[in-house]
Amino acid sequence: MGRYLRTLRRFWGTALAGQLEYQLNVGIELVAAAANLAGSVFILSLFFGQGRQLGGWSWQAALVVQGIYTLLDGVASTWLRPNLGAIVTHVREGTLDFVLLKPIDSQFWLSLRTLSPAGLSEIGLGLGLVAWAAPRAGAAFSPGGLALALLVMLAGLVTLYALWFLLATTSIWFVKTWNATEVLRAALTAGRFPISAYPPGLRLLFTLVLPVAFLTTVPAETLLGRSTAPLVGAALLVAGLSLGLSRAFWRFALRHYTSASS
Amino acid sequence: MSEYRAEIALWALSGLLPFIMLALWRQAPAGAALALGPGGLDRYFLSAYLVRQFSVVWVVFAFEEDALLGRLSPYLLQPLHPLWRYVAAHLSEQLTRLPFAAAIVAVFFAVYPAGFWIPSLPRLLLAAVATLGAFAIGFLLQSLIAALCFWSEKASALERLLFVPFLFFSGLLAPLAAFPPAVRAAAQWTPFPWLIDFPARVLAGLPVDVAAGFAAQLAWIALLLPAALLLWRLGVRRYTAMGA
Repeated sequence: MGRYLRTLRRFWGTALAGQLEYQLNVGIELVAAAANLAGSVFILSLFFGQGRQLGGWSWQAALVVQGIYTLLDGVASTWLRPNLGAIVTHVREGTLDFVLLKPIDSQFWLSLRTLSPAGLSEIGLGLGLVAWAAPRAGAAFSPGGLALALLVMLAGLVTLYALWFLLATTSIWFVKTWNATEVLRAALTAGRFPISAYPPGLRLLFTLVLPVAFLTTVPAETLLGRSTAPLVGAALLVAGLSLGLSRAFWRFALRHYTSASS
Repeated sequence: MSEYRAEIALWALSGLLPFIMLALWRQAPAGAALALGPGGLDRYFLSAYLVRQFSVVWVVFAFEEDALLGRLSPYLLQPLHPLWRYVAAHLSEQLTRLPFAAAIVAVFFAVYPAGFWIPSLPRLLLAAVATLGAFAIGFLLQSLIAALCFWSEKASALERLLFVPFLFFSGLLAPLAAFPPAVRAAAQWTPFPWLIDFPARVLAGLPVDVAAGFAAQLAWIALLLPAALLLWRLGVRRYTAMGA
């Protein structure tokens, strides 16, 4: 365990040092993230006004969902995209062999190798929006409630990671999965809005098949103190199952790995 | 070739955003307040999807890769402007998207039969021209940024600054009719509504000022074409063949 923590510190230290060479890009990302959030809030506002609601959610409550989405999107840019996008390159160029030979767990290495500051501004903006909107949407913060909300958010994060990793794993067979991650990204944008705003068929799809509901809506409901014990249990179960599945699928995929040059 | 087929199908799928937004707008009371008529919303968002599929541009990414890998040098020696190479690549890939787009249209009509319509031939032709206009504007905008690659290696980061306003003001997520009047009036002075909202309304058969739309598209092309060519020429002058 200690070895893994030490490795992690090395990984992230070098990654950040490397990325900070491009300071202009960091500035551009900050502007883009702020504009992106402003645009999203603008589009969201079109559904409200004149006392309207969106799927039974008030304006402030919907903003909490939007904030959690922004936060997760930032985490995806900072952590998931740089790491899991690299898997495709490793498979194509055959450098995955070197990763597999290292005396460290390959899923750990591939998932946590690097960090990119690209999404940090989004993480900050998302946290800010949640902090602004949640009290106004009627969230009564208690230490226990906050801890529960953090737990459910963590479960959402684990689910998101597992979805990305599952998809990235398919590159062992298909090599070019970069486009598939774009499809996932497009589908996950559904999480910008509360799940109850969708028609029943899509609601079912976004809960059972592609668990978007557990990424943003359920954490938001927990934060607002509206979720029930079965819902929290389901969020934890989905996270655990997805993580287990991603692990099992990676092991299965490695049995079919035949390196690039052979 | 089947590798590429899968790739193109995935790109077609990654444009599903308008359909997610349609599902929301159909459910929301705000959607009914738009008064687009029965099936109007369905037609609008399907048209928006199609217009996007046939006007999507990625020249800045292709160009950046070529410039970084040094592939650009031989292109510059050829007696044709290198941008034509990218134009041809875009148009031919759009053609290969046709079968997938047709399949998605078929599925769409099966799910939303109320939205079924067959545009009249003149409308279809007008929409095709408007989509081509949208493609031209998008291509020129990205070429401007691509030309900046001559100065900075990572100009594609700037593309994000272009994509964000495009996403929100083009009409891909919400018809411009849903915007507050002041925002709509401001948006009309940007190139973005003419990239999705205008061609989509033409294709969907919704009320639209066709003459004004084409005038705006032409004006933007007239403005961007010389700018892109000029910036390109200035850039080539200081090009120092990376990786060569």
